[in-house]
Amino acid sequence: MTFAQRLFAPGWYRAALGTALGFSLGMGIVVLVRSLYGWDPILDWDAIITVGALIAAPLGYLIGIGCFDYWFRWASGAPTIPEDHSGHGAYSWRDYFRVNTDHKVIGIQYICTTFFFFVAGGLMAMLMRAELAQPGTQFVDPNTFNGLFSVHASLMIFLFIIPVFAGIANYVIPLMIGAPDMAFPRLNALSYWMLPAAGVMMLCSYFAEGGAFATGWTAYAPLSTETPLGQQFFTVGVQFAGASSIATALNFLVTIITMRAPGMTFWRMPLLVWANFTTSLLVVIATPFIAGSQFFVLLDRTIGTKFFDPAAGGDVLMYQHVFWFYSHPAVYIMMLPGFGIISEVISTHARKPIFGYRMMAFSLVAIVILGFSVWAHHMFVSGMWSWLRVPMMITTMLIAVPTGIKIFSWLATLWRGVLELSTPMLFALGFITMFTLGGISGIMLAAIPVDIHTSDTYFVVAHIHYVLFGGSMFTIFAGIYYWYPKMTGRMYDERLGKLHFWMTFIGFNVTFGPMHWLGLEGMPRRVADYADKFAAWNLVSSIGAFFLGMAMLVFVYNFVSSWAGGPRAPGNPWRARTLEWQVSSPPPIFNFDEIPQVVGGPYEYGVPGSVHAVLNGDREKVPVGADGEGHAAAPATNGHGNGNGAHRE
Amino acid sequence: MDDRERVQTDEAKGPPEEDPRIAGQKHPVARMIAIGMVASVVGIAITLLIDWFPEPASKSASDIDTLYDVLLICSVPVFVLVMTIAIYSVVRFRAKPGDMGDGPPIHGNAKLEVFWVTVPFIMVTVLAIYGWYELDNIEAKQKNEMVVNVTGQQFTWTFEYPEEKVQAKELVLPVNRPIEFKIHSKDVIHSFWVPQFRLKSDAVPGLTTRIRLTPDREGDYEVVCAELCGLGHSTMRQFVHVVPASEFQTWLSDQKKAAGGGGGGGGGGGGGGAAAPNGGDLFASFGCGGCHTLAAAGATAKVGPDLGKLGDKATADFIRESIADPNADITKGYKPDIMPKDFGDRLDKEELDALVKYLLESQE
Repeated sequence: MTFAQRLFAPGWYRAALGTALGFSLGMGIVVLVRSLYGWDPILDWDAIITVGALIAAPLGYLIGIGCFDYWFRWASGAPTIPEDHSGHGAYSWRDYFRVNTDHKVIGIQYICTTFFFFVAGGLMAMLMRAELAQPGTQFVDPNTFNGLFSVHASLMIFLFIIPVFAGIANYVIPLMIGAPDMAFPRLNALSYWMLPAAGVMMLCSYFAEGGAFATGWTAYAPLSTETPLGQQFFTVGVQFAGASSIATALNFLVTIITMRAPGMTFWRMPLLVWANFTTSLLVVIATPFIAGSQFFVLLDRTIGTKFFDPAAGGDVLMYQHVFWFYSHPAVYIMMLPGFGIISEVISTHARKPIFGYRMMAFSLVAIVILGFSVWAHHMFVSGMWSWLRVPMMITTMLIAVPTGIKIFSWLATLWRGVLELSTPMLFALGFITMFTLGGISGIMLAAIPVDIHTSDTYFVVAHIHYVLFGGSMFTIFAGIYYWYPKMTGRMYDERLGKLHFWMTFIGFNVTFGPMHWLGLEGMPRRVADYADKFAAWNLVSSIGAFFLGMAMLVFVYNFVSSWAGGPRAPGNPWRARTLEWQVSSPPPIFNFDEIPQVVGGPYEYGVPGSVHAVLNGDREKVPVGADGEGHAAAPATNGHGNGNGAHRE
Repeated sequence: MDDRERVQTDEAKGPPEEDPRIAGQKHPVARMIAIGMVASVVGIAITLLIDWFPEPASKSASDIDTLYDVLLICSVPVFVLVMTIAIYSVVRFRAKPGDMGDGPPIHGNAKLEVFWVTVPFIMVTVLAIYGWYELDNIEAKQKNEMVVNVTGQQFTWTFEYPEEKVQAKELVLPVNRPIEFKIHSKDVIHSFWVPQFRLKSDAVPGLTTRIRLTPDREGDYEVVCAELCGLGHSTMRQFVHVVPASEFQTWLSDQKKAAGGGGGGGGGGGGGGAAAPNGGDLFASFGCGGCHTLAAAGATAKVGPDLGKLGDKATADFIRESIADPNADITKGYKPDIMPKDFGDRLDKEELDALVKYLLESQE
């Protein structure tokens, strides 16, 4: 291709061009408006960066990279390029850097991108812990420090935990329900390509005048309406991450509702599918609220609205109500998919059906409903209407009940199982124990009198890391190791995986355990410096953080080297029953040669003659009426000689 | 409650003697219960021995500590239950090399599931009621309350005793006298917190928030800002002095005398006490070091210009103007509108003079 052809074909050249054009367009609008009104200066760089760099340039990049090509042709009445499936599959590493509509490619794009931001956010955490290792100022000044914890949290939440679950689900869900792809593959690609824009924007805030946004990931007004330009990189970045999240969730909902294979009733869906179904409900309902809260901030900052200016009749607490109406459900957005992963891993590695399958699904639904009624527990000391506190304390404590159902059901699944302690299972067990601790500190925080003392202290920092690291992060690792053979077609190194688990488990507890005590003793969160009496445990925590950082090196080495040269993975290394394991590793481009027929539940381990689904040409062998809860007479095939016979690759 | 829970949980998990891996043991569940109970007792003892809190200094503090202890006592057995079953399963039910079999196909147990919905439900309901009861206790109106107005601003607190018409930059409280704090903010959200009192409340612009408490131990405790309020957030610390009633009266009358001359004059006037204001202390208490470098004060922040290197601008007039109107002269490479514009109002004349003098003396 000539350079000119490249410049007009979808791809990185055109994306660069689109970014430049977008920025110029935004700059032009600002300059034009300012000169028409006769405002001085005409070149107002804050406005130019907001309109040009933060809004128009990312849209130009999305158009340039090719997310909208098909729709533009269709909308303009031009002949669309017939879908020849050239957008499916990846044949070299370059294909992962193009707009691709294959859910498996998009899943891997998500996972690799989000892990990049995980590493970036992790390095920021280590720099913070370096600064906090001793009292006083050693490495960074307070402004930089406030930027570090703000960008750290924003990247970890919006660019890592939420989207990495979307990535894992993107890869696994269509396979699990027996579908060839997601319902809207082009929307799926658009969702993915919005993410790097959001992440790069948040990272670039360090280059803004006045430094990175430094108001925490919560960005409470009116502090966030007064701080320098860097804040807008967060305000707008969240819009792109949020739009990505909403579009993906809609896609999951439609996919799960409409594209299940014949026989895959809701009560035969694996629990990961249930988990992503309920998560997507949360995302679709809640995410518009954070988008709204950040738009209010943006408008207060840029065009002089007074939403949060009490002197002009604004209401400061409104920000917190709207923000937490999303951000508390967001905690479950970051946890329910992990619950799904743990159910898959535990059932497979304990060789037993999930104990209380229906209650596991009902408890997810209960969490979705209750999750919307607890947001104000973040505001017990905020000065909100005081009667609201007690109902929110009660609902917050009640949400421990469905969560407890899940913990007890997993434990009961372990009981009398045949436990295979491979790396995913170790992370699952680590999750159950550490998440219990996070839940316990959650109950303590829910008790208002204790919360009045502990709110905004390191106790909260400890709690959220036990929930998001000991909880979500452990499930992410469990999921990555569990589906690694399926995604890459290679086995990871089991010894390095175990080393990674134990280093993570120890480093995690050393880092975050002492924070409980620090908070109760009186150390507030989000401080660049602290009283000398907290020095010893802060040093311990910092040492733990660096150990944790080393554990991640083991993971990255294992991940990369095994992908390059690990032993070939069989189709079903875990002898699992769900559909994604019944095809080759990695799966064929369109997943299944023929849509499978589901005939039973997904976890029928130990049930003689049970089968979850019948693939490829065996359909006529399915007994008539074989849709009882997984006790169907099975076709006489023998997959892996595991004693129960009845499924095949 | 938790021990009972454990008993039934384990009993309901199927008759253990069917499983050859636990058939050799006479009472595997009983043994787990015994281990679990011992571990719970030891765990509770250890967690109660840990000194979690700073010394309590208010009447509510000991109630809150008790609630926390009750939560610990309920939590430890839950954690022990989870750990015991997890560890027991790992040890007892781990696959032997080459064992490709499956576990028994147990799909659930309705009784057991009802049980572990009900018991936690009752537990958290009881805890919520207890929490509610304590909350009402803490916040109950007391007789003979003294009102203290607390005002947060970047990055300092000021205090006012409206009945005595006294304003101060330090908080002095008589021991055993109920206090009602009315908390305000002049700019962004702050949070008024004294860890030894165990109580905090946000200071919200446009709202008045309240805390009631009775200090019951004499001493000096830190007033900490607990809500991120900007660059100087970690420096926003002052002291509360809890003193005998007589000493408090003496302090009040000293404050009145000091303010008397001014006749309730402008700004943050009145505070400062008998001693002349010290520029170095002001530099620290107004959080200047949150943004500026000043070698003499050990401040190293780089948001604003280095105040130790003003060069030929180091004149009293220039410094005075820059504090009162930060946008009047912006050093190259820095931006307007970052520094708060109200320092001119917040510092009284003596303080401003002291601060200007201190900065002049601190030039390198």
